[in-house]
Amino acid sequence: MAEQDNQEKTYSRRKFLQNTGFALGGLIVGGIAGSLLKPEPEQAAPPPAADQQRDFNQAFMFFTQEQFRIVEAATERIFPGDDLGPGAKALGVAYFIDHQLAGDYGFNARDYMQGPFFPGEKVQGYQGRLRRREIYTIALREMQNYSMATYQKNFADLTPEQQDEVLRAFEEDKVKITTVSPSGFFKMLVTNTLEGVYADPLYGGNRNMDGWRLKNFPGNQMSYVNVIEQDAFQKIEPASLKDHLSHS
Amino acid sequence: MARKLPKVDVVIVGVGWGGGIIASELTKAGLNVVGLERGKERVTEDYYMVHDELRYALRYELMQDLSKETITFRSNEKIRALPMRTYGSFLLGDGIGGAGVHWNGWTFRFMPYDFQIRSQTIERYGEKKIPPGMTIQDWGITYDELEPYFDKFEQMAGISGEDNPLAEQMKAKRSNKYPTPPMKHSPAMRLFTEAAQKLNLHPYTIPSANLSAPYTNPDGIARAACQYCGFCERFGCEYGAKADPVVTVIPVALKTGKFQIRTYSNVRRILHTGGRATGVLYVDVTTGEEIEQPADIVVLTSYVFNNTRLLLLSKLGRPYDPRTGKGVIGKNYAYQVQKGQATGFFENKEFNVFAGAGSLGMYVDDFNGDNFDHSDVNFLHGGGINILQLGKRPIQNNPVPKGTPTWGKEFKAASIKYYTRALTVGTQGASLPYQHHYLDLDPTYKDAFGDPLMRITFDFEEQDRELSRYLATKSEEIMKEMGADKVEASKELGPYDITPYQSTHNTGGVIMGGSPDTSAVNNYLQMWDAENVFVVGASAFAHNSGYNPTGTVGALAYRAAEGILKYHQAGGGLLV
Repeated sequence: MAEQDNQEKTYSRRKFLQNTGFALGGLIVGGIAGSLLKPEPEQAAPPPAADQQRDFNQAFMFFTQEQFRIVEAATERIFPGDDLGPGAKALGVAYFIDHQLAGDYGFNARDYMQGPFFPGEKVQGYQGRLRRREIYTIALREMQNYSMATYQKNFADLTPEQQDEVLRAFEEDKVKITTVSPSGFFKMLVTNTLEGVYADPLYGGNRNMDGWRLKNFPGNQMSYVNVIEQDAFQKIEPASLKDHLSHS
Repeated sequence: MARKLPKVDVVIVGVGWGGGIIASELTKAGLNVVGLERGKERVTEDYYMVHDELRYALRYELMQDLSKETITFRSNEKIRALPMRTYGSFLLGDGIGGAGVHWNGWTFRFMPYDFQIRSQTIERYGEKKIPPGMTIQDWGITYDELEPYFDKFEQMAGISGEDNPLAEQMKAKRSNKYPTPPMKHSPAMRLFTEAAQKLNLHPYTIPSANLSAPYTNPDGIARAACQYCGFCERFGCEYGAKADPVVTVIPVALKTGKFQIRTYSNVRRILHTGGRATGVLYVDVTTGEEIEQPADIVVLTSYVFNNTRLLLLSKLGRPYDPRTGKGVIGKNYAYQVQKGQATGFFENKEFNVFAGAGSLGMYVDDFNGDNFDHSDVNFLHGGGINILQLGKRPIQNNPVPKGTPTWGKEFKAASIKYYTRALTVGTQGASLPYQHHYLDLDPTYKDAFGDPLMRITFDFEEQDRELSRYLATKSEEIMKEMGADKVEASKELGPYDITPYQSTHNTGGVIMGGSPDTSAVNNYLQMWDAENVFVVGASAFAHNSGYNPTGTVGALAYRAAEGILKYHQAGGGLLV
């Protein structure tokens, strides 16, 4: 934990604000800007409203505690918090992935999963019989095994550099697993990380729309009819689908 | 035993653009039409929460449920075809409006060369120019014959556009101007236009089905103007500004009182005897009940794959045999060549990439069709070159220069930086047919009812690789002229891979033509082998052009509607 706290302190709140161009402090009341963009020691405490909004969405629908810790650590390496702004952990990406695996996506509910199953050519796409939640379960176990075998520690307790080495071993298929493709899993993990960073906050990631702020993406806006012809770049305070709902 | 319903004049299978156009034209003329749609009802109000990239673009909210039915694919006959288990290369529409709900709205007319591709190629370059195995053929209709129907589709949909500067050279006359002015131009589009003009090319605004201005069409249907919200492709339009069957032709048909839509109705067979259809057999998927709907005329208006598959499952028409080249159902499957684009990275300029519309962009036809001399190149036809402003959504758009890691701190920094600082000059290449590219029934894999899936046998050819390299040099040149600090062109087209998204422009399988020996339907899309069956859609394309297909699909649907009415009045007979 101490290590993670240190990492979080390395976010320079001021730099992130400069980058996004928004006056965050006064506006944001959700827990995340307060808790993750930790104020530097000389700065004032987060607004009192921060503790009043409990995010009931932040509990596990699928992962065990151990799995959650691995995913949180791994996605933070894929999309790390730094001077530019929050990373996967601060944005709630592991919660996002947990929630996705609990539903249709995790069960491959709308994919063709009937047999017979044959290994195919690369150009024919995924031909396995395992569903995404099963792939995660198996691959996370293997990540833990590989970490233990190589470093005698749990993945989540490795140094960031060691975690990168483990992830790279998966990315480059250097891990020998018979049931799932290590690189296939890694690719899915990267995809799911980016989804968690940039999907509407309603899914549990992109907390406070801070993922969108990184990219100056304005989220859910009704019209750019006055923007489309503009030469100058337009910085627009993002809005979410939740904002849309409150307009009705 | 299936429950048998009273007979109707016309039954249509699939209620998207094809079905909606046929239904509106026939019911206005007084015929009774039943539309069978296997998906659900869709209305504009459905899209209240549509600005959701994850749900619509990545979890495929509007697309067919692949767990019930997909296609199988193999690169060639030596390989075992395997199912497309999850979406990738193309997206199959579902529900009322079909693919007409999630399309972008680029609305081109195929060019005169397309309809007479074989004869014009031979006339200009000699027969030897056509490589062995390439099965290009004339469509049995000319551009001039099809022109009034193009116009009809454009007036109905309210297409926003301007004249193509190469129209005269292409001999592509227009009887009317586009009904609404071209879309607004973004800075990226202006940059592209200036660069292309400096290179003596002829850019024009992409003809768009996202309305540039409020519009009331000849049927009295009024629609609002596009708001450039950036959620179009893969999404439904919450304004009804994007022309979609649900907000154009379907209400016109329903208003007559003569059009009945039955949703959740999955047609499994066309019933026929003695070369005439007697109706269709379908399943009410909410109850599992089998129902027979007799009809005087059967119109297939589903997507390419299902039009072809229904004919093969029903044993109607002569199945194509790739060994002999004989037979027609499943012939000339073609796609789109999406390679040759150039991405430019701008260090000192940011673009409002989040804004856009589905068909907002510029197009160049100088290297499309036969608009340039092919004597010294090793391919036929060509492709359009474009710049697009569709609205870049953040999950799917992470442009980084080559050599950037695909994850970690460096990736994060580069993907954030270049999100607003990268533009792409894109290409859309024609896809020409070969004897060994075709559709048939898969011997192994089945749908939810136990019927065989459609099997695609297809790969890219040397023609496609040459075309990609050629287009890459052109798009690279334009991007350099646009002033990007770094330009990266994608020149090399690999084998056809079903996993990355490329284009939902699948064509062929039930192609039109001048003779029953080489085509399945005549130029009214009437089946040569079953005169009361009409097969409408891009399934009728004998090849695919360097354009999006919908404008031509729409024109052919109006042409088919006229044919059906003629056939109905005459009380039978082939129309050609």
